[in-house]
Amino acid sequence: MSIALLFEQALNGLQQGMMLFLLASGLTLTFGIMGIINLAHGATYMIGAYVAATVMASTELFLVSVGAGMLVAGIMGLILEFGILRRLYDRDHLDQVLATFGIILIANEGTKIIFGPQALFMAPPDYLNQAVPIGPDMTYPLYRISIILVGLLVVLFLRHLILHTKLGMLIRAGATHREMVAAMGVDIARVFTLVFGLGAMLAGLAGAMAAPLLAVQVGMGENILILTFVVIIIGGLGSVRGAFAGALLVGLVDTFGRAILPSLLMTILPPATAAGIGGSLSDIAIYLLMAVVLMIRPEGLFMVKGKR
Amino acid sequence: MKIALTSLAALLLAMLVPVWAHVIDDPFFVTMATRMIIMAMAVISLGLLVGFSGLVSFGHAAFFGLGGYTVGILAKHHNEMTDVAFLPFSWQGSIEGLIQFPLAMIVSGLFAALVGLLSLRTRGVFFIMITLAFAQMLYHFMISLPTYGGEDGLSVWQRSTLPFIDLYDDQHFFYLCLALLIVEIIFLKKLLASPFGVIIRAAAQDEQRLVTLGVPVFRYRLFAFALAGAWAGLSGALAANLFEFIGPGLMHWSRSGEMLVMIILGGLGSIYGGLAGAIMFIGLEEVLSEKTEHWSLILGPILILVVLFARGGLMGALQRFLASKD
Repeated sequence: MSIALLFEQALNGLQQGMMLFLLASGLTLTFGIMGIINLAHGATYMIGAYVAATVMASTELFLVSVGAGMLVAGIMGLILEFGILRRLYDRDHLDQVLATFGIILIANEGTKIIFGPQALFMAPPDYLNQAVPIGPDMTYPLYRISIILVGLLVVLFLRHLILHTKLGMLIRAGATHREMVAAMGVDIARVFTLVFGLGAMLAGLAGAMAAPLLAVQVGMGENILILTFVVIIIGGLGSVRGAFAGALLVGLVDTFGRAILPSLLMTILPPATAAGIGGSLSDIAIYLLMAVVLMIRPEGLFMVKGKR
Repeated sequence: MKIALTSLAALLLAMLVPVWAHVIDDPFFVTMATRMIIMAMAVISLGLLVGFSGLVSFGHAAFFGLGGYTVGILAKHHNEMTDVAFLPFSWQGSIEGLIQFPLAMIVSGLFAALVGLLSLRTRGVFFIMITLAFAQMLYHFMISLPTYGGEDGLSVWQRSTLPFIDLYDDQHFFYLCLALLIVEIIFLKKLLASPFGVIIRAAAQDEQRLVTLGVPVFRYRLFAFALAGAWAGLSGALAANLFEFIGPGLMHWSRSGEMLVMIILGGLGSIYGGLAGAIMFIGLEEVLSEKTEHWSLILGPILILVVLFARGGLMGALQRFLASKD
């Protein structure tokens, strides 16, 4: 395998990692602060993609479409938090799994009714739909580069928010000493709602950015949801830094596994079998990574102290 | 005691299902009831973990699917007169239920023991996620095996043969499943009342204390985990016979999620909770999907309402109802 190809795969892995980070950051914050398992996070991502693809089809304005996707996803998050999840903070994880499973059922069926059962496709805008040279005889799609950049911007934004603002201080304090923060007179419920809305918006952003790369269809949320959970488990629940590390790790392992494993296997197996088994083995690689990380560090790479 | 009597009445009622199906002239009714019972077997075994041992396993569908694949693979080789892959010796499969069913339990139980060995060291959400991860690994592994159908799954060309029982007869099939379900319930009831059961339940409440007392909690949990996997395997073996098909889709994480949903619907902490949950979930699915194609739009809110307002699920509601009568 040539250096150029490796470099390209690294960029692909980075791009996938950024996408996962957009989803994982929201999920890890809601889990870290409120201790809630939200299976419906993938549904929010799906809604973001659907709204963006629909708006893009009628307006042809990419930034407006992404904004609309984020906005609708954020509103959906606020409604869910206010209407249902708020009542589940003190319940055990099983109740949360059941309720958010119910939300998935509603969201998937509702999406089918509103947007139709067929998959939607969204074209990237012309100014991003081109390849840029990144080295001798090498080009890379500008759209994927823009995803990496958006991901990095969100990383910087979250870093600033969490480390240098009052809200961030409350988020960090709420993650470790919830009762104490409430006792100091902080309306912790409002912080929860804000964080939840923010997480939903980021999921919507991920969905909108992902829409030009894949078919927008019902079920896309569940597929990426599990990967996102793997990311935040590897990173350590409640840690945004962990989510970032986990997302990059999962993105790179997944991409390289997919690129390298089949050709490695081809040296020992007939090509057709190798391609099939290699493809699935790289699916397994992520879960293997998670199992190994949990074996060595049972609470993830960057566990927030005092959380379980 | 009252719960036990109510459940006994329900079981007796279940015996009459084929008669009722004959009265309303709907043979499909028996098949649906069989499906409920088979699912209930898997869900009840999951209840041993979730309800009594405090171990929320999110990968139970893997054990269920593995049992099904055992039947499917053995039947395939028997029909094609080829050797079972990955075995050190030559064996052309079998369609004997007396070989298939115990083997399905052993295979699923051993795999569960392996998963338990690796995951029982973690707690809480991490346990949920690592069991999920192992189940997903198996799911992707089965997809990657072109020999056994890959993504398309395997058709079970011939149902298992058993002495005196013909699985192609809907009523025979139904009563076999019902009998096995009753065996499972009695077995688990005896188990939970034994010292083993006491330890398992105590460990869910205060693990540290038991460890301090010198009880090897890990071993007890591992045994419970393997046992639950074995019963799920039997349930999967029956399901493969009923559907005459087994595929990776039956091992997908959403299937494990559905099992958890059933058990919470029915209520934790009671063996009958799993039964009630499976009957209610499949019943709702069946009734609603007949009325409208958008049935999940109704099922979803029901799930949410149950969580918000009916804590303890069906069995909890039943208990409250019985308590209010006293």
